[in-house]
Amino acid sequence: MTFLAKPKVRHPSLPKNSLGLTRRDYEGSMSTLCAGCGHDSITAAVIEACWGLALEPQNLVKLSGIGCSSKTTAYFVGGGHGFNSVHGRMPSIAMGANAANRDLTYIGVSGDGDTLSIGLGQFCHAIRRNLNMLYIIENNGVYGLTKGQFSASADVGTQAKRGEVNRQPPIDPVLLALTLGAPFVARSFSGDKQQLVPLIQAGIRHRGFAMIDVLSPCVTFNDHEGSTKSYAYAREHYDPAVNADFVPFAREITADYSAGESLPIVMHDGSRIVLKKIAPDYDPTDRIAAMAKIQAGMRRQEFLTGMLYLGRGDREFHDLNEMPQTPLNAIPYGQLTPGSKGLDKILARFR
Amino acid sequence: MQDRTNDFALKIATVNGTGSASANTLLMKSIFRSGIPVMGKNYFPSNIQGLPTWYEIRVSHNGYVARSGQIDLMVAMNAETYARDVREVASGGYLLYDSTWPRPTVFNRQDITILGVPLAQMCNENFDGLRTRILMKNICYAGVLAALLDLDLERIRELLAETYAKKPKLVDANMRAIDLGYGYARKHLHCPLPLKVAPLSQTANHIMIDGNTAAGLGCLYAGATVAAWYPITPSTSLMDAYKAFADKWRVDKATGKKNFAFIQAEDELAAIGMVLGAAWNGARAFTATSGPGISLMGEFIGLAYYAEVPAVIFDVQRVGPSTGMPTRTQQCDVLSAAYASHGDTKHVLLLPRDPEECFYFARDAFDLAERLQTPVMVLSDLDIGMNDWPCPDLKWDDSYQPDRGKVLSAEQISKLEKFQRYLDADGDGIPYRTLPGAHPKGAYFTRGSGHNQYGGYTEDAAEYQLVIDRLVHKFQTAKTLVPRPVVDRNPRVDIGLIAYGSSDGAVREARDLLRARGININYLRVRAFPFGEEVEQFLEQHRLLFVVDQNRDAQMRSLLTLETRVEKAKLRSLLHYSGLPISSEFIVAGVLAEVGTAARVVGVSA
Ligand SMILES: Cc1ncc(C[n+]2csc(CCOP(=O)(O)OP(=O)(O)O)c2C)c(N)n1
Ligand code: SF4
Ligand SMILES: [Mg+2]
Repeated sequence: MTFLAKPKVRHPSLPKNSLGLTRRDYEGSMSTLCAGCGHDSITAAVIEACWGLALEPQNLVKLSGIGCSSKTTAYFVGGGHGFNSVHGRMPSIAMGANAANRDLTYIGVSGDGDTLSIGLGQFCHAIRRNLNMLYIIENNGVYGLTKGQFSASADVGTQAKRGEVNRQPPIDPVLLALTLGAPFVARSFSGDKQQLVPLIQAGIRHRGFAMIDVLSPCVTFNDHEGSTKSYAYAREHYDPAVNADFVPFAREITADYSAGESLPIVMHDGSRIVLKKIAPDYDPTDRIAAMAKIQAGMRRQEFLTGMLYLGRGDREFHDLNEMPQTPLNAIPYGQLTPGSKGLDKILARFR
Repeated sequence: MQDRTNDFALKIATVNGTGSASANTLLMKSIFRSGIPVMGKNYFPSNIQGLPTWYEIRVSHNGYVARSGQIDLMVAMNAETYARDVREVASGGYLLYDSTWPRPTVFNRQDITILGVPLAQMCNENFDGLRTRILMKNICYAGVLAALLDLDLERIRELLAETYAKKPKLVDANMRAIDLGYGYARKHLHCPLPLKVAPLSQTANHIMIDGNTAAGLGCLYAGATVAAWYPITPSTSLMDAYKAFADKWRVDKATGKKNFAFIQAEDELAAIGMVLGAAWNGARAFTATSGPGISLMGEFIGLAYYAEVPAVIFDVQRVGPSTGMPTRTQQCDVLSAAYASHGDTKHVLLLPRDPEECFYFARDAFDLAERLQTPVMVLSDLDIGMNDWPCPDLKWDDSYQPDRGKVLSAEQISKLEKFQRYLDADGDGIPYRTLPGAHPKGAYFTRGSGHNQYGGYTEDAAEYQLVIDRLVHKFQTAKTLVPRPVVDRNPRVDIGLIAYGSSDGAVREARDLLRARGININYLRVRAFPFGEEVEQFLEQHRLLFVVDQNRDAQMRSLLTLETRVEKAKLRSLLHYSGLPISSEFIVAGVLAEVGTAARVVGVSA
């Protein structure tokens, strides 16, 4: 199997963003995933989101671990720099890359296996450092690439394709991220592009760690009856609580949000996320209340989706570490060395 | 005992956590400042308080830095280890103990002189508080030694004044303890001993520094901006040193912002990941660890090798296997570092012999990692990393510019038809790379999965092999770039010895001792892997070769047999793996056992 370059067909009628680029310009190489795989829909949403934001492709860094989900960074924004690392350890690559150059946009794509088992430690610590990135979990409840074993997000009672029933409680990335203090926590479904695209856009523009857990059915190993991560089950138990609209800086808020149910939140760069509350009693700015509601939903076998929590004014990694605006990789060498004169001073201590 | 001025070894046996380190440093530095080459080695337990600790000081006008293998004066301050400490004193030597309590029965040797000083009693009478009394007892033995060894009291006062510049009261208290010991010894003991120091002028333009500090300083000078690590003895102080230097020299005066990122990772898996991410993105990045960390980093090291990402890793080796003895020294990671990770991988290793080389090799490691786009490991060890060594002043050439390797600028990329990440455009096995964000045409996909020379995914046999074979070619190129070995060879001598790293001091002394017995052996000190042509030649030129390894399994010998043309049968291993630094005595004995009498040695010159 070789690398397939997607032929770029130019259609003069295709809509262009402010950079003059069409959606096609944000595509990557041809997906090699199974037809119908939820991950491909998420790829499409990422393409739409990046096009909509008019991101300069070369300023996008796409990071991933290992899994079907992690392969998808090759399938969007071919003009961005990709780093497909090792299983479960994308967060550390993202951390190092981000420390070296804060000016780029970092999107990490991971799977439930990649994040919640082998990579659980790195995921947690990326949150603790408030690494400025968008972290997408393409959550299908199984290890797709190794052929369908249960992952740590598999619900109790869910059934594997071969009949085995899971008895171990799941790790919920949303609750975990909330517990660890993540400033931006969302959940969505690969089948709901409407909801997902603005969330991705908001997550990219958000300063600090933004996590979106996206339910993304694996058609090959986890889309049967008895599975709680199938398309059918997801549609049935899907419960949007707070949808988000992303409004880039300098664009008017035009939609009609009825008072009390919408909440515009201004982001660091001046753009806004307008939260549209579908469940009026849900408060996405109260971490504790959000956690209670999410858990209550789980008890009813419903999975709440949307912008579940959005904190304000968090200090991300560079702020916390008092680092300069200039990316470290752009500081001229002359400013990094004390030179021979400095060395004389330093050596005095060792005489 | 004959006069042993400026040529002896003393050992101080104490309990860790009692503040003996400051007394020992005081002694050593006062000797150093009197112009006499001196080396201190700390043998400490993997524990915070209450276990036996030894400190060995070698005073040598010859500048020998290794353990001689003989102790002339033992300061026995730990009753728990009396029995073994008294055994260790060389015949004709001395033992000093605290005579506050009756003389222990284990001190029953007739062939050594036993000296008693009531240290605890004197300190109890002169100082208040348990903690102070314990601390001052240590300073007090330093006072006794000052009298016995004829140290310069003024130097001691000067050092105390520097150490406690901000707490003048402590200077007085410490000096009082020194005077107590000094006065008692002058009055009751025969001072000075034949083991004594006399001022020389051999330490001008020298410093005393440990290898970890020197390496941390080297990273600062190399322009490293991202440091990620997970604490592990004996590498921790390297990161501490880098951070301390960076906090002082890398903070922007105008803004107060830090021109570096110092990240304590959640484990070594993450530490190396951060280094790769940062280096991939154009920063100079490094980590420091020890054996267990190298094991954990394996998978990422393989990714860096295959995806061609620079990385600098300091491995300050300690005793393995497993947790082993974390505070003891060995050179036991040579093979696991050289071939770290699964699949066909080989890595560049730099092998510093002392702190001076730690400094320069730190700089070289970054240049090599970026030039070769590959991980470079600097294999130091606990002996180099955590002990203070006398070294010539470190020098910095202000014209130095980092070698960032083949990184294409935006302008260069713009002129390309198409960027091809893994193509051997120059025939040296080293491809060109781009940095994220540089230019739209520079984007590529970095992956540890099969890739072709254009950076695309592949599972095609020929495409895969083309890349993996080029990496072999790149490794050949590395041979010409790494630090060359140091060779000392007499063409008429056909016995050679190969050593590396911290064994060098012991080897140099052993060669002098052997020469005094009429045995000459040639010497090659390996400073890097891959081995270059000079190593091959040296191996060819000798009929018999000793290979000195501080590990059980003769790892360097294995590496030589695997990676050079040498016939295995010519190589004889001298293996030292007790956890203590190797001694010159050990090497002399090993060589003598093999070559027997001098008569058997071919080509011995007078
Ligand atoms: C160290 C290591 N162990 C095991 C594997 C094998 N492996 C590859 S993908 C995968 C699980 C992926 O699951 P997930 O992250 O959920 O991705 P999905 O395929 O479901 O999208 C495993 C165990 C590996 N690549 N590396
Ligand atoms: S195995 Fe499952 S997760 Fe993997 S590509 Fe196929 S459908 Fe998607
Ligand atoms: Mg999965």
